[in-house]
Amino acid sequence: MVDALDNTVKARSSEPAREVLLSVRGVSKSFGGLKAVQDFGLSLARGELNGLIGPNGAGKTTVFNLLTGVYVPDAGEVVLAGRSTRGLKPNRIAAAGMARTFQNIRLFGELSVLDNVKLGCHVRVTHSMWAGVFRTRWSRGEERAIAERSMELLRLFELDGRAHEEARSLPYGDQRKLEIARAMATDPKVLLLDEPAAGMNPQEKVALRQLIRRVRDEFKVTILLIEHDMGLVMDICERITVLDYGLVIAEGTPPEIQQNPRVIAAYLGTG
Amino acid sequence: MWPVVAIVALAIVLQLFVKPWVGGVEGGDFYNKLAVDILVNVMLAVSLTMVNGFTGQFSIGHAAFMAVGAYTAAGIMYYSSFRLYGSPDVHGGRLSTMLTGVEGPLVTGADLLFFGALLAGGLVAALFGYLVGLPSLRLRGDYLAIVTLGFGEIVRVLIQSQTRDVLYDADEIRAAPVVGIVQLFAAEKSLGEVGWSAWWDQMQGPLWTKLGGALGFSGLPFYTSYFWVALMCGVTLLVAIRMKYSSAGRALLSIREDEIAAEAMGVDTTKYKIRAFVISAFFAGIAGGLFAHTVGVQLNAGELGFVKSFEVIIMVVLGGLGSISGGAIAAAILTVLPEALRDFELSVLQALLGVFVLIAVVGGVRAAWGLVRGRGVSPRAKRLLIIGTGVSVAVFVASFVAPAFFGTRFNLGDYRMILYALALILMMIARPKGLLGVREIWEIWRRH
Repeated sequence: MVDALDNTVKARSSEPAREVLLSVRGVSKSFGGLKAVQDFGLSLARGELNGLIGPNGAGKTTVFNLLTGVYVPDAGEVVLAGRSTRGLKPNRIAAAGMARTFQNIRLFGELSVLDNVKLGCHVRVTHSMWAGVFRTRWSRGEERAIAERSMELLRLFELDGRAHEEARSLPYGDQRKLEIARAMATDPKVLLLDEPAAGMNPQEKVALRQLIRRVRDEFKVTILLIEHDMGLVMDICERITVLDYGLVIAEGTPPEIQQNPRVIAAYLGTG
Repeated sequence: MWPVVAIVALAIVLQLFVKPWVGGVEGGDFYNKLAVDILVNVMLAVSLTMVNGFTGQFSIGHAAFMAVGAYTAAGIMYYSSFRLYGSPDVHGGRLSTMLTGVEGPLVTGADLLFFGALLAGGLVAALFGYLVGLPSLRLRGDYLAIVTLGFGEIVRVLIQSQTRDVLYDADEIRAAPVVGIVQLFAAEKSLGEVGWSAWWDQMQGPLWTKLGGALGFSGLPFYTSYFWVALMCGVTLLVAIRMKYSSAGRALLSIREDEIAAEAMGVDTTKYKIRAFVISAFFAGIAGGLFAHTVGVQLNAGELGFVKSFEVIIMVVLGGLGSISGGAIAAAILTVLPEALRDFELSVLQALLGVFVLIAVVGGVRAAWGLVRGRGVSPRAKRLLIIGTGVSVAVFVASFVAPAFFGTRFNLGDYRMILYALALILMMIARPKGLLGVREIWEIWRRH
C-alpha cells in the first residue's frame, strides 16, 4: 500500500509542470492513547482540487487542524510553498497562504457580512494600527482597496445584497458561502474546505459545485476539501485521499477510489 | 488632523465661554463640576470598552489603571509645583481653572507640566496594562476576570499600605530625593555595597513614595478644567471610534466574536489582546490624572477599588458591550442619575401616576411602532397600555377618595441608591444587550 502510494507520488512529481504547493510527510498526532492521525502524507500542486474523505471519526478534521497549526504534529512535516510550517502559530500559517473554513460554522456573528470578509483581508494589510487610527493616506488607500475587494468577493459569492446584515442572520447555506468568501479574502495559496455542503439542499449543492470550481479557476488556488456528499466529491475532485482510523487507506482518482476494495470495506464493512 | 483641531477648539470654547455662562446660573458651579465628572467617566467607560467591548476580554480591574495614573500624575504635579513654585497651588492659565473671574494668561508653563503629568500617568498605567494583559493570553472569561480583580486589589492595597505621608514643608520637599535609586547610583554605591536594608531605607526617603498612604493624597492643585477633560475625552473618543472602524479594530472585534476563527484568518490574537489592554489602560490612567486634580476631590486609593471598577463595568454593559457611544451615554446617565435624584420631593399620587403613565406611554409607543411597521399591535404593547392607563385612572380616582394618603409627600432622594439599583435591574430586563447592543448611535438607522 505504502509502496503504491510512493509510486503515485513519484509518478506525479515527474510531470514537468507540476509545482508542489503543499506537501505533507509522515504527520502523526495522538491524543493520549488515541492515535488520531498516523503517518499522513499528501502532495498538492497549484490549482489542484482534491478531496479528503473517510468515515466519521477517521481524523479528517484533525488533519485540517494539523495543517493550519491549531494542533502541533507529534511527528512529520508540513511544507507550504517551500517553507516548513513547523512551530508557526495559526495566524502565521494563514499569512503564509493557508486558509480554511470550519465544519461547525465559525463566522463573526455580530459583525456584518461585509466586515467578515474585510477581516479576511486583515492578514494582507501593511499599515500599522496607529496609521489606521491617524488615517494616513496609505491606510486610507488600503482601506478603500479592502472595501472594493471585499465587495467583489461578495458579488462572486452572490452575497453582495446582504453585505450590511449581521452574519448570523444569514441562512445556513449562505453562512457556508460566506465562510469560503472570508477564507478567500486572505488571498490563500491553499484553501481547506471542511464539509462545505453540510446542511445544504440539493439546489444549493449544485450551485456550490460550480462555485468551488469557479473559485479554483479564477484564483488559481489549490483546494482540499472534506466532504461526506460522495456525489459532490466524485464530481469535482481530481484526486481523493481516503482516511480510516487515522490512516491513509487509499489515494487516487475518483474512479480508482470507487473501486478500491479497502475503501468499500471501510465505508460498508467487510460483511 | 482636522478632528484634533476641532477637539481643541471645542475644548477652548467650552472653557472660555460655556463655563462662565453656566457658572453664572444659580448652582452653576455644581453643574460645571458634574459636567467634568461626566466627561471623566465617559473616558473610563470608553477606555474599558476597548477591552471588554471590542476584544471581549472581561477585565474588572479598571479602577487600578485609574489609580496608577492618578497617583503618578498627582505625585508629579504636587511635588513639582513645590519645587518650581514653592507651593502646591494652581499656577496654570485660564485654561486650567474651574474658578470664575480668573485673570491672566491663557496658558502658562504649569499647564505644560500638567499635560506632561497626565501623559506620564497614562504611560505608567499603560505599562501596568501590559502586565495585566499578559495573563489574558492564557486565561479566558471568568478566570481572567478573577486575575484582573486581584490585580486591582493589589494596586489599591499597595498604594494604601506602602506609600508614606505626604510632605507639606517646602524646604523638606526641596531636600528630599526624587527617585531613591538615582541617588544610590550618584553616590556610586551598589546594592551589594550598602546592603539590602540600607537600600530599602534609602528607597523610603524619596518623594515618589510619599503619596499619602491610607490617609489619601490631599492638597493637590485643581488643574482639571473643562478644557483638559474635553480635550482628553475627545481624544479618547476619537481614538476609540477610529480604531473600531479600522482594520485593527476589526481584528479586535473578531477576537471577541470567535478567537479560533480570528486566528485562522491570520489575526495575531496575542498582539491585539495586549494592545487593547495597553491602550485601554493608557486612557484610564489619563482619566485618573484628571480625576485626581478635580475640584473637591481628595485622592484616596480606597475609593479606586473594585467598587469603582464595577461602576465602570456597569456603564459599559448598560451602554452595550462594544458600543462606544452606548458606553458614553450610559456613563453620562449614571453620573447624573444619583445627583438628579438627590433632592426630589413628591407626593404618593405624583409618584404612582408618574410610573404608570410612563408604562402607558411605553405601551403606546410600542403599539404605534408596530402599526407603522405594519406588524400590528403586539400583545405585550397592549398589556402595557391597558395596565398603564387602567392603574393611572384608578389611582387618579382613588386620590379623591383618600386625599390624605395620596397627598403624603416624601423625598425620593432618601431612596436614590435603591432607585439607581432598580433602574439598572429594569434596564437589563428590558434590554439585556444594553442600550445600543453592539451598534453605535449613528448606525441605528443604517441597518435595514
